[in-house]
Amino acid sequence: MSRRQMHLAAHFPGVNNTTVWSEPESGSQIEFSSFAHMARTAERAKFDFMFLAEGLRLREQNGAIYDLDVVGRPDNATILAAVAAVTEKLGIAATVSSTFNEPYEVARRFATLDHLSGGRAAWNVVTSWDTFTGENFRRGGYLAQGDRYLRAKQFLDTVMTLLDSWHGDEIVADKAGGEYLRNPDAGRFDVHVDQFDIRGRFSVPRGPQGRPVVLQAGDSDEGREFAASTADAIFTRHGSLEAGQAFYADVKRRLAAHGRTEDQLKILPATTFALGDTQAEAEERGHEIRRQQVSGQTALRFLEQVWNRDLSNLDPDGPLPDVDPLVVDADAPRVSQGRAADRMYRDPLATAREWRERAAVNNLSIRDLMTEVTSRQSFVGTPQAVAEEMERFVEQRASDGFILVPHITPTGLDEFADKVVPILQERGSFRADYTGTTLRDHLGLAPLDTHAKV
Amino acid sequence: MPDTPLHLGVLLDGAGRHPAAWREPGARPAELLTAGYWADLVAEAEHGLLDLVTIDDSLGLQSADPFAPDDRTDQVRGRLDASMLAARIAPLTAHVGILPTVVVTHTEPFHVSTTIATLDYVSSGRGGVQVRVAARPDDAALFGRRTIPTDRDALLRELFGEAGDAVEVIRRLWDSWEDDAIIRDAATGRFIDRERLHYIDFEGPHFSVRGPSITPRPPQGQPVVAALAHRAEPFALVGTSCDLGFVTPRDAADAHAVIGSIREAQAAAGREGETVHVWADLTVVLDDDPSAARDRLARLDATDPYTDDAGVFAGAPAELADLLDHLRTAGLSGFRLRPAVLPDDLRQITRGLVPELQRRGLFRTGYEASTLRGLLGLPRPADRYATAGSAR
Repeated sequence: MSRRQMHLAAHFPGVNNTTVWSEPESGSQIEFSSFAHMARTAERAKFDFMFLAEGLRLREQNGAIYDLDVVGRPDNATILAAVAAVTEKLGIAATVSSTFNEPYEVARRFATLDHLSGGRAAWNVVTSWDTFTGENFRRGGYLAQGDRYLRAKQFLDTVMTLLDSWHGDEIVADKAGGEYLRNPDAGRFDVHVDQFDIRGRFSVPRGPQGRPVVLQAGDSDEGREFAASTADAIFTRHGSLEAGQAFYADVKRRLAAHGRTEDQLKILPATTFALGDTQAEAEERGHEIRRQQVSGQTALRFLEQVWNRDLSNLDPDGPLPDVDPLVVDADAPRVSQGRAADRMYRDPLATAREWRERAAVNNLSIRDLMTEVTSRQSFVGTPQAVAEEMERFVEQRASDGFILVPHITPTGLDEFADKVVPILQERGSFRADYTGTTLRDHLGLAPLDTHAKV
Repeated sequence: MPDTPLHLGVLLDGAGRHPAAWREPGARPAELLTAGYWADLVAEAEHGLLDLVTIDDSLGLQSADPFAPDDRTDQVRGRLDASMLAARIAPLTAHVGILPTVVVTHTEPFHVSTTIATLDYVSSGRGGVQVRVAARPDDAALFGRRTIPTDRDALLRELFGEAGDAVEVIRRLWDSWEDDAIIRDAATGRFIDRERLHYIDFEGPHFSVRGPSITPRPPQGQPVVAALAHRAEPFALVGTSCDLGFVTPRDAADAHAVIGSIREAQAAAGREGETVHVWADLTVVLDDDPSAARDRLARLDATDPYTDDAGVFAGAPAELADLLDHLRTAGLSGFRLRPAVLPDDLRQITRGLVPELQRRGLFRTGYEASTLRGLLGLPRPADRYATAGSAR
């Protein structure tokens, strides 16, 4: 059987309402044992990698720290260095901002992580721009939204220049001859661009993968182009098969212009899942999880994020408010701060109109509506049905695989690993074992030329 | 055991402290970038019941010239980020403290704070940090965001002042979550009690940091902060901000004077009641046969002449035990030994010196605490923002 192979990654449950913390089995989001547990589960299931998002400032709403979701997390790259000690093959991926770091530090950390994991590191490049987050950092906050991709591109290029400053063959360590380094210029770099003016010698010799695997998550035209030019894999949120296919075709089409082939960029939508012994049981469970994820309070907070007003006096089981959203400049402070989604609804008035119509037609309360509109791609069914549906997405070019987002820390992946993965393996759509050692191997990416450009 | 047994740590750097170390028969110079090499070293330190290891680091590539880069190819060049390395090793050990060196010039105090808090989590309370400054213009050029003053005294005042601010921010962030901030209160739907989280609102000439941390208070509350100190400004940093200072006295009298400077700063900062350890650094070449040790040092120096900022001792473990016992009378509570050659001199410490000190009742015969603060006799401190259960 030669089914198209899928790639699978695990998203360690994050600090948003997808993660349900009120269940008895919900464990610590901060103790190392939780990270070790999920990593071991992902590795047992032969996943490509485990992914950790980044925290730079706690979220706030209505002027106070947001307290309804899980709050608090470790430094993600540091945790992953420890995860490397308790795994052997699993890829380890961290989001690191290109705004609140300098290229030299990011290059050091990922080159080090690649060495310490034997070639399993991946970097999800994001660019933040808000002054709110900047209040925790030297450089402060402000990056004009229009400069985001300029900075991201120059940041990424600069990190790659640093990583490529060692070619991998410099260390001779010849005790008898007394030659440690072959080349007195190893690590030398000189970068002069708008955002960075740096020179010297990079301190970390080339890691096993040469460069970490590069992940991105942009959805705008600019973001897609950026990913097509530089990323090895892209995270998406496109839910339906049709939306996924459109995105997939659009991004893959862009690769040729950058001299790249379609297999050099993997498209991995994030997805949740709910399993059951029957379809009805799985749907019941899925519904229950959604109700836990969107409590009445959470529904009001979501509505506030669009309305940009304090709506805490509303009844979540009642209708949408008559008042319209408060529209402010793109860069002005908002009711909600520190969320990537804060700027997702670009035209809040139009969103409000659309939601009111939808609520009226289907007779939905605020909570009902928020449960619907915040719903993300989810596979719901028996393990067999979920496996087949995932294959359908991959066969029909809606994705190259999935980032699975469990709703329980740290055991939320166990059931998927135990019940769905064996079916995928049996059907020949997912690896029965690792065939390589590096994350590039797992993702089917060709090794980099060890003598990369100087 | 006497009332005040010694504390012992080791400094781990590349193939050893001596620049010719990598050419020794037992050296593993081709493995310096592998986790396995460091795991073996730290396991050896733990075998010897040491209090802690420090893992050396620098921003730029190593250089034999302390003030400028060089282009030598006959010494070890290239290293791993020490914080990441510390986290990689932590789950493989259970008792020994782990302190990476972290440069606080140019870098973000927020990231340093969450990184070391995370190290404390992955080591279950054995994390710490040795802070250092980066004073060279070529270090600044790696970041390209700042010019370095040319007057060296002004520069060191500025950098150590900034380091003090960085430690203040790092420590405030560790306290910015009270221990009981996570409540998981299903009845009210609240995961945290946000009244138990605190803005730190630090403002200084080099950075302002609002807080709170993204990371809950680490297991030790305050991981151990250390610094190496050679002159007045870092003595002040140790006395004002650190739990542990590494110093490089010429002899017991010099050690006594240095400790005096640190205690003065400690008192000026209102910390008289707190324990601030002062340990002397010493580079060691050890052999059961003292003349073999001295021959080995001579051979290393013949290959690559070296003077250290700390004293260099070559001899038998028993002789070193005599020296440590003498120096401690100046008021030193411990020593950080710098093995000249790894793993050889580390094994001499753990298997030669440690048993010798144990015989003299000067060193522990088993780990007596599960956290680094515990090993150092430091209490788990109250959170500076907690208000004893009253209105918050």
